[in-house]
Amino acid sequence: MIAILDYDTGNLTSVKKAVDYLRYPCVVTSDPREVERADKIVLPGVGHFSATANLEARGLSTVVRDAISRKIPLLGICLGMQWMFESSEEAPGIAGLALLRGCCQRFTDQVKVPHVGWNHLQVRESGRLFEGIPSGTFMYFTHSYWAPVVECTAADCEYGSTFSAAIECGNLFGVQFHPEKSGAPGLAVLRNFCEL
Amino acid sequence: MLTKRIIACLDVDAGRVVKGIQFSDLRDAGDPTELAPAYSRSGADEIILLDISATNQMRSTLLEIVRKSAQHLFVPFTVGGGIRSLDDAGAVFDAGADKVAINSAALDDPALISRIAGRFGSQAVVVAVDAKLSTDSHGNYEVWACGAKQPTAREALAWVQEAEDRGAGEILLTSIDRDGTGDGFDCVLTSGVAVAVRIPVIASGGAGNAGHFVQVFKDGKADAALAASVFHYGIDTFSGLKHELALAGLPVRWPC
Repeated sequence: MIAILDYDTGNLTSVKKAVDYLRYPCVVTSDPREVERADKIVLPGVGHFSATANLEARGLSTVVRDAISRKIPLLGICLGMQWMFESSEEAPGIAGLALLRGCCQRFTDQVKVPHVGWNHLQVRESGRLFEGIPSGTFMYFTHSYWAPVVECTAADCEYGSTFSAAIECGNLFGVQFHPEKSGAPGLAVLRNFCEL
Repeated sequence: MLTKRIIACLDVDAGRVVKGIQFSDLRDAGDPTELAPAYSRSGADEIILLDISATNQMRSTLLEIVRKSAQHLFVPFTVGGGIRSLDDAGAVFDAGADKVAINSAALDDPALISRIAGRFGSQAVVVAVDAKLSTDSHGNYEVWACGAKQPTAREALAWVQEAEDRGAGEILLTSIDRDGTGDGFDCVLTSGVAVAVRIPVIASGGAGNAGHFVQVFKDGKADAALAASVFHYGIDTFSGLKHELALAGLPVRWPC
């Protein structure tokens, strides 16, 4: 069972719809016990970085950390990926999971903010998440803050700056784009995760 | 590179699409729940569904249409028409929309923009603006409300800047003068707005052929353009339109 974490952010239903469409069993939940039993976890999230405080408040942070130590595959989407970093300029007082080094920053005024639309990926490490998905594939992005390129960056993207479009580090996965809104290639990324 | 978006628009009245492509492979060309995924397959980058009847008694019908249309739709989906409160917006998001488009309600109560953005994020709020060249001979554009039937005395550039300040994530800009004419987008209006705000601008109204889309992206500085029915422009599919744009050197999602 795949647990899609409900921590009061948007796009929960679209992520569930996409996983349902791919025919993998999943549940939207904020119950720590249910998350504990899951064999995969998805952390969706459109919204403000401060929403990650809800994970703490609902006792989900501990469960997620525990799942990571048990090597349960985890996929963070958008804000869910940014949460894996140390912090974000969007909510300076709130700590991320700090599984990855660095702080998420706001796009500069040289470009229109938010970064909305289809942009292409540069795949750096084909790994498991991007199996069968070549560089140049377009995905749908919508975000005002970006995560830095780190050692685990699986794909990057260019918009004003070069940022992490996806990360893969053992069983830890993250995507800045919305696979549930990126047509067939997005569904292929989700399927790669669900198949793990 | 961030691409220029072609957004398919479904104008829905009493549950039926009132203009659009007549796909031969569809049983019912006027059914939005079939057209939305068909447009997506044909290469549209996003789908917008505008409920032009949007009366109270039609709300539950609309939500059911949104739910069904969104079921197998895996590109961004915006819904507009009759959204007057945070609760209205919430119901549309619950039904599967990614963004809401608000127009007259935002003019009546500009704080509605910040309320929706505060709860669902700016990326989920599209402020739709219907503008018409004013008769003041200064080249200003006036914002009209209630389906372009009622002048508001608001100047378009001031209004889009206020909308941005209040948390709008995108502007959907329609030229009332050009809408339905096929004479091309109003590039003067569009570029004026595109330069005045720092959020993406979707151009609408007046497209008659593929060249008009090239113009609105190049001269109008638009980030996206609405296409109610490319079939009327002598092009079979959205990907056909995007092929024309690519030939003109514009970045588009391709293949799609």
